[in-house]
Amino acid sequence: MARINNLQDLNKRREQGMASLFPSKTKVMVGEATCGLATGAGLVHKALAEEIEKQKLDIMLRKTGCIGMCYREPLVDVIEPNRPRLTYSRLTPKNVPAFLNQVLEGNHKSKKPYCRIDEDVFIGNGETRRYFSGALPDDLGEVSPMSEIDFYEKQVRIATRNCGYLDPDNIDEYIARGGYFSLRKALSSMQPEEIIEEVIKAGLRGRGGGGFPTGYKWQSCRRAHGEVKYVICNGDEGDPGAYMDRSIMEGDPHSVIEGMIIGAYAIGAHEGYIYVRDEYPFAVNALSLAISQARECGLLGENILDSGFSFDIQIGKGAGAFVCGESTALMASLEGRAGEPRAKYVHTVEHGLKDRPTNLNNVETWANVPVIVGRGSEWFSEIGIENNAGTKVFSLVGNIRNVGLIEVPMGITLREIIYDIGGGTPKGKQFKAVQTGGPSGGCIPKDMLDFPVSYDELSKAGSMMGSGGMIVMDETSCMVDVARYFLRFLESESCGKCVPCREGVYRMRQILDDICVGRGREGDVELLESMSEAIIDGSLCALGGSAPNPVLSTIKSFRDEYDAHIRDKKCPAGVCKELA
Amino acid sequence: MINLTIDGREIQAEEGSTILQAARNNGIEIPTLCYHDELTASGACRLCSVEIKKGTRTRIVTSCIYQVEEGLTVTTHSERVMNVRRLVLQLLMARCPTSEVIRELADKMGVEPQERFQPDEDKGKCILCRQCVEVCEQVVGVSAIGFLNRGADKSVGTPFMEPSGVCIGCGACAYVCPTGHIEMSENESGNERTIWGKSFKMVACKECGRYFAPQEQLEYIGTKTGVPLDKLYTCVNCR
Amino acid sequence: MNEVSISEDAVKTIVEKYHGEKSALISILQDVQKEYAFLSKDALNLLSQEMEIPLSSVYEVSTFYNSFSLVPRGRHVIEVCAGTACHVKGGPKLRSRLETELNLECGETTEDRMFTLEEVRCLGCCSLAPVVKVDGDIHAYLEEDKIPGILKNYRNERRQSGEN
Repeated sequence: MARINNLQDLNKRREQGMASLFPSKTKVMVGEATCGLATGAGLVHKALAEEIEKQKLDIMLRKTGCIGMCYREPLVDVIEPNRPRLTYSRLTPKNVPAFLNQVLEGNHKSKKPYCRIDEDVFIGNGETRRYFSGALPDDLGEVSPMSEIDFYEKQVRIATRNCGYLDPDNIDEYIARGGYFSLRKALSSMQPEEIIEEVIKAGLRGRGGGGFPTGYKWQSCRRAHGEVKYVICNGDEGDPGAYMDRSIMEGDPHSVIEGMIIGAYAIGAHEGYIYVRDEYPFAVNALSLAISQARECGLLGENILDSGFSFDIQIGKGAGAFVCGESTALMASLEGRAGEPRAKYVHTVEHGLKDRPTNLNNVETWANVPVIVGRGSEWFSEIGIENNAGTKVFSLVGNIRNVGLIEVPMGITLREIIYDIGGGTPKGKQFKAVQTGGPSGGCIPKDMLDFPVSYDELSKAGSMMGSGGMIVMDETSCMVDVARYFLRFLESESCGKCVPCREGVYRMRQILDDICVGRGREGDVELLESMSEAIIDGSLCALGGSAPNPVLSTIKSFRDEYDAHIRDKKCPAGVCKELA
Repeated sequence: MINLTIDGREIQAEEGSTILQAARNNGIEIPTLCYHDELTASGACRLCSVEIKKGTRTRIVTSCIYQVEEGLTVTTHSERVMNVRRLVLQLLMARCPTSEVIRELADKMGVEPQERFQPDEDKGKCILCRQCVEVCEQVVGVSAIGFLNRGADKSVGTPFMEPSGVCIGCGACAYVCPTGHIEMSENESGNERTIWGKSFKMVACKECGRYFAPQEQLEYIGTKTGVPLDKLYTCVNCR
Repeated sequence: MNEVSISEDAVKTIVEKYHGEKSALISILQDVQKEYAFLSKDALNLLSQEMEIPLSSVYEVSTFYNSFSLVPRGRHVIEVCAGTACHVKGGPKLRSRLETELNLECGETTEDRMFTLEEVRCLGCCSLAPVVKVDGDIHAYLEEDKIPGILKNYRNERRQSGEN
């Protein structure tokens, strides 16, 4: 791969990428992120490859990342010259020969398209590219545009702008969709402080859930004493039910890399790490390949784009510890030690990895950076609501019709997400609660669905936005069982260093166990509440510090279920086997 | 010097010192369990928690680690702090029901056991204060013992729970253990010591004949300091 | 399964790949485990020597993280996802069924060393809940009654390959 030294080189690669995105011959794209593969996309790809080979067809076969419509996977897209892009859902290897025939014949005899895309909007730079000129072909009148189907209508895809649109293994396609032009703009025409100003003005806040203003974090790190500084991407995504970061790492690894280079330049760091949890091997592969491509092109390494700035990234792997999502534990892990957090009275921006100034941000946060630099802080800040600019990616899962990955403007309500986008609960079951914020969060009941989604609002509803996991629960879930579930999780993931978490969560779990098997006692709820306060106050890190949240939240909104378990020895949802 | 307030008293403290140090230097009591002057503060037990106020924001922090700041207001016995200490002691009493040290500390602070916590039977008297591991690593320098597992299963021991190849039998870990959990025993004649499942031949003092240290420990000291071994065969009393 | 002897050279090669960096201990342990299917006492002792890290520290790291196993695991590692989405969509039933079919508890290995059953949180395939992963294969939307058939397939695979 040739080195990219300047704007001219970048434009040349952009052209190559465009030719690949909008080819002059038929292209078939298979959605092959982890979920796609798990539903058989790999086998579909294989069947397509074999059939194409057998019939000696002149068709491009490529893969792409997660476009979010997980409930319709496996997804296969067909892009023919001067035709809208067509998405086919739930293709199986058996369908493949007939499917290819219909593509060649130009009809929909064996499989109708699920939706179409007429025009691609490159969020990265605001460009649009139409797939065809003139009027919509007659045969597609009945096929809905993707942007108009319920699942997508309210979505605004910034962090996931390229997922499902490009082949993550193809850096040229990333460049064609606006990639690395922001980096070029930053390195050639902006000072580090200017970039930081932009990120501050844009109002980007930490998407891992903490919500700390990213620009201010960068600023503190820039100002910290020390020659050697680090930037880290937290790809440890441990919240059960959350896979936003996995999708971005698998589907658009360059967005993270570009974000980190820009951030490193702004802060004055020359070394970066992407810490990926062990359970995400495909993400590790996608990132490794992207990093080596970026190096080959000179976008990582010495003297990037002739700017004099040097920076490189290494991948660090997790080894199965949820606590390593906590920044100081993550850094301990990168140092080859057990993932035990330390007190954060001195911030990691001053003393972090190897005791040096370190800026750690979440995957989704980094993925937003190139767009902020490219489109400007004003553009970004106009999306969302006050103090909560931009969008948030959520994994909408559980008892919901339209299961998948969504990205929506901050301020949208839970009701819109669950009913308009998600299609409500399936199989005629009643909605009961939506769990947000993972093990640090809570369960929001039906009467609080009109709360807007944002860092600040959801705490009023007894939960928090968190990293983006959104698990919908119907009447078949027992909320006491859910509280117990989270305590068991945290008990097994506690590092064990401090007493309130190690012993406190364990004891809370024991009480929940008792309650769920009919040994609950009068006063247990009050005891759980008082223990919760002390555990929140006394724990060393946020794992213990937020461990009581699911318990407190379910006590607050589903007290009747606790009472039924304790007083009547009954489980209203019929989940707790030992009770009636 | 930094000016701060602790329990309503205006205190001056050296920059870089901790709230705990500042309090103790001024006769203000804050209970601790895992803290040791010579070892790195870990913040593991949380007993030394205090409530601090900076501007409008209040927080619970561990005084053994939090450094003094200009204008800081510290309360060492607020309700929130007492709740944390109470829970910590109740949890430790349940974890180590046979520990007299913990029970006495709880009694002294007016904390009753929480009868809803069923006492553990497999933790001995170990409260995971981390001092044994730290002293072996930081002061002695052999790291013979360490932690294994995590969460409530976390424990201290030698690798594979087998006699350690690097333990020198010095007993520093047993000495520093606040609850007496670590067993170190000597045989009747005193010429053999056993700790962490390993037995050590004790050296008798050249002068008084008392068995005073394991051979391995003296060899280790000799290697580290360059002092010839025969010079080390005299016990502390006879030097 | 016979006790595997650790090749000093193989371990040294792994350590060299990471330039003997102490901070690469976790990656090194992962590579060693990949090579030998678990972390043996010999392997840990060797690493402690090669990397000049106290054995107690190497041991601490090996026992802290879920990914590492200090006992040989089965031929096939079955991971039941216990993530929240899987939990509310029938995950616990899958776990119980697997425990029954394999006659063991989660975390254990079958007598014939064929299967190890473990719980994992979470695989990130939440849209496909409930999920069970066997080796590299993900079984999505898994129904309880499919389990005996799946186990049988893996058993037959073994016989066909002619091993043991």
